[in-house]
Amino acid sequence: MDDIRVLVIDDEEELVTTLVERLAMRGLQADWCTSGPEALQRLEQRHYDAVVLDLKLPGISGLELQRRIQQAHPGVKTLLMTGQGGVEEELARLPGGAAPDIREVLYKPVNIQVLVDKIRTAVKG
Amino acid sequence: MASEQFRNSHPAEEKPSPEDRHRYHRLWRYSVLLMAVVSLTPLIIMTIISNQQYQKALQEEMRYPVSQLLANTSRSLESVIDVHKHALTLVVHEKPRDDLWSKDGLASTFTTLNRIFGGFVDLGLVDSQGNQVFYVGPYNLEGNNYNNQPWFHEVALREVYVSDVFMGYRNFPHFVIAAKHVLPDGDFYVLRATIDMELLNRQIRSLDLGPSSDVFLINRSGILQTNSRYHGALLQKAALPLPDHPQGMRTLVEFASGDRAGFLSYAPIERSPFVLILVHHPQDLMQIWSTVRNNPLRFLAGSSVLILLVVLGSSTYMVNRIRLADTRRARILHNLEYTNKMASIGRLAAGVAHEINNPISIINEKAGLLKDIVDSSDQFTQREKVLALVNSMLHSVERCSAVTHRLLGFARRMEAHIETLDLEMLLKEVVGFLGREPEHRNITIKFDAPPNFPTIESDRGQLQQVFLNIVNNALSATQNGGWIQFALQEPDDYSVAVTICDSGAGIAPEDLKHIFEPFFSTKGEFGTGLGLSITREIVDKLGGSITVESRQGEGTCFTVILPKARI
Repeated sequence: MDDIRVLVIDDEEELVTTLVERLAMRGLQADWCTSGPEALQRLEQRHYDAVVLDLKLPGISGLELQRRIQQAHPGVKTLLMTGQGGVEEELARLPGGAAPDIREVLYKPVNIQVLVDKIRTAVKG
Repeated sequence: MASEQFRNSHPAEEKPSPEDRHRYHRLWRYSVLLMAVVSLTPLIIMTIISNQQYQKALQEEMRYPVSQLLANTSRSLESVIDVHKHALTLVVHEKPRDDLWSKDGLASTFTTLNRIFGGFVDLGLVDSQGNQVFYVGPYNLEGNNYNNQPWFHEVALREVYVSDVFMGYRNFPHFVIAAKHVLPDGDFYVLRATIDMELLNRQIRSLDLGPSSDVFLINRSGILQTNSRYHGALLQKAALPLPDHPQGMRTLVEFASGDRAGFLSYAPIERSPFVLILVHHPQDLMQIWSTVRNNPLRFLAGSSVLILLVVLGSSTYMVNRIRLADTRRARILHNLEYTNKMASIGRLAAGVAHEINNPISIINEKAGLLKDIVDSSDQFTQREKVLALVNSMLHSVERCSAVTHRLLGFARRMEAHIETLDLEMLLKEVVGFLGREPEHRNITIKFDAPPNFPTIESDRGQLQQVFLNIVNNALSATQNGGWIQFALQEPDDYSVAVTICDSGAGIAPEDLKHIFEPFFSTKGEFGTGLGLSITREIVDKLGGSITVESRQGEGTCFTVILPKARI
């Protein structure tokens, strides 16, 4: 068991709970939440190495949330998880400077092993 | 080989339908007709008007010499007759009765008259009973009684009389001039002279007209007084439409009677019963006229031919331009419609894919967790069976996921990321994506690339997707032990062609028309029907074109033509 702590944010509770449980089975310390404000609250409470966040969240977009996380906690690595297509191209199209520091974009449904590997790579560089 | 061209392939570029052809042909006909009428009508009208003007002017021009001739001749004839008439009148009035009333006296008068005036054939003295008392001349007419002759009655009524030409006792044509002298006792006598017709004929002959023209004298009733070339014999009614009592001179009256036609001119000879007639045959007069008329007609014909050629040429050109413009517009409209359709389908597909991805993710994670749990537990009964079930679920999720990702890929409208590419290397990468499948199935992959093949500027990721789609199709169509061949060519200076052929089953001609349409698939439940439509859209976006040729049972060739440089 390594000491990577990750917060998974997705509005589908069924999905996020299961995902967290599976990440835990693979040695990551994973927590979950289903909304942006809750995520920011959690990040205030304790340190996380990485966040895995859905692009589409109720009330706040994944990108906006990412921007806030980046501001408040610059060391946290972000991985994007999405059911939409072409997100990488969308990100590339954002004007320079506004591009968020997103380490990886994963398309749903994600392969658990791929996700684990990407998180480890993102955190450990 | 059944072949379906999809070079910027759109049905609007197909050949025009028969209705369309008919429509354009009708347009062409209207255009030709309208332009021809508009340009030829004024020309024809002008030619007609100018012809009429010309004819009129020419007739005026011709009329003048004819009227001169007629006037001069009629005056000459008039004066010849007048001179003789006056001479006779003078003699009958001035010579004492006794000087005339003897054969010698009459003979001496005859000699004098003939010497001074000429043209007298004979001379006779007739008493008031119509008896020719004395006669000087070549015939023996002394003692003849003229009481029943019309001329005698005329001269008895008037002072002096000029007769028509008649045969008389002498049985040859002549005319007489008679002058009356009334004695103090009321009795009268008449001096009658026969005038040589040669006197008038000489005048007429001197006119010397063309061989088809005719000149002669008639009397006021239309009886010929001299011989005529074409219009009847002496003392016959002239075969001409003449006015009953011609008054004054008329020139160039057009006439047509029987088989003859021409221009009639006439002038009554004053103080005589004669009318001078001049007949011009049209040929003589019309020689100039026909030249003058034919020149504009020739010009009209030449111009008409030229105008018609120009009209035909310009109409054809115009209709062709319209047809081209129509085709271009139809193609643009069709493209627009097609793009709209694609965009709608894309939006729908993206929405569906996104909505499905979330529940699929949940199934994926739940089944994954189940598998994790079973995997980590050794004492789980029926472990194998559960694992098999879970794997089947996960496999189905993967299939679903493949569909949704293709839908999302189809929906994407991404900007091309252009870089310089080595196509051979790119194709080898694509083959690399296939993994070991070709090897397992004993399918030979061949490359046919000329050395120093040029690099191109295009989008790596999108081209990979294009070729992967085609190669995947080729792989699924090819039997074990078959082959797939890549060939690189340079069709021209600006583009390269990648041909991917397989030894597969081929595509049915009816399917070939539809393979680039979205949701068309020949793979039954295994295909999304999006691969080739995405492929074509990407190729279009990259400025290229894609064509396919296929023969059932022999194989299929896709050719992708790409610009060397980004346009």
